[in-house]
Amino acid sequence: MDIAGFTPVSAAIGGGLIGAAAVLLMALNGRIAGVSGIVAGVMAPLRGEGGADFSWRLAFVAGLVLAPLLASLVKGEIIAIATPHPLWMMALGGLLVGYGTRLGSGCTSGHGVCGVARLSTRSFAATATFMAAAIVTVFIVNRILGF
Amino acid sequence: MSVLSALLVGVLFGLGLTISEMINPAKIIAFLDVAGSWDPSLLVVMASALAVSFVGYRIVLARRAPLFGAAFQLPTKTTIDRPLIVGSALFGVGWGLAGLCPGPAISAAALGKGEIYVFLIALIAGMLLKDGLAPKRA
Repeated sequence: MDIAGFTPVSAAIGGGLIGAAAVLLMALNGRIAGVSGIVAGVMAPLRGEGGADFSWRLAFVAGLVLAPLLASLVKGEIIAIATPHPLWMMALGGLLVGYGTRLGSGCTSGHGVCGVARLSTRSFAATATFMAAAIVTVFIVNRILGF
Repeated sequence: MSVLSALLVGVLFGLGLTISEMINPAKIIAFLDVAGSWDPSLLVVMASALAVSFVGYRIVLARRAPLFGAAFQLPTKTTIDRPLIVGSALFGVGWGLAGLCPGPAISAAALGKGEIYVFLIALIAGMLLKDGLAPKRA
């Protein structure tokens, strides 16, 4: 276990904020905070659908983008992130995440947080499936292929 | 009002992702790499988010309606079907390949790294591949 990399305090605080945001979106807007569904909804007008929900969804997405900028301002430097896997894996990964979350009706936020919090059996099944698939994928990529 | 509330909630959600470092693909892959130097932080993020949302949902959903809307809109499907499992498995493979899921990818776009934009363009392409671009015929 990577004790140096384990950040339980910031993880607990950040997780609490994510949970609070999910609760607030339900309390205020009556909606599930599922990011894949919200993003797909932003693109729905391309098909001539979902006009009424376009504005709040776009506003939520804008808020997501704004947050790391605010955090960077407070910190006084751009938040550092790293992408350990090669670019082609980012592209293939994006394609699979996009297609898979639409086919499976949700992602880590909609199923993993909101659905599990509602004790939805579909979300339990989805979360177990994507967790297992992701762990096997990283095992193959990092431990067998040696990336 | 529902647009302003969505913006503020989006900021709060994004701050949660940023503070917990879930916008960092290296951090996600370190969690998924259980046979390597495993970093269990994501588990703490999930547990904390679930503790708050489990209690919060029970309080909120006991009310009649949301503050800025006519009714709570909750998923109605209950059957575990093939699209749910196949879709979630494909999502999981992509999550492991890139170390990104949709929320963190959008937040990370603010940080100006090219790899994130490649992921996001592919993500949108994948969504459109499933949902289609042209209006659906009834």
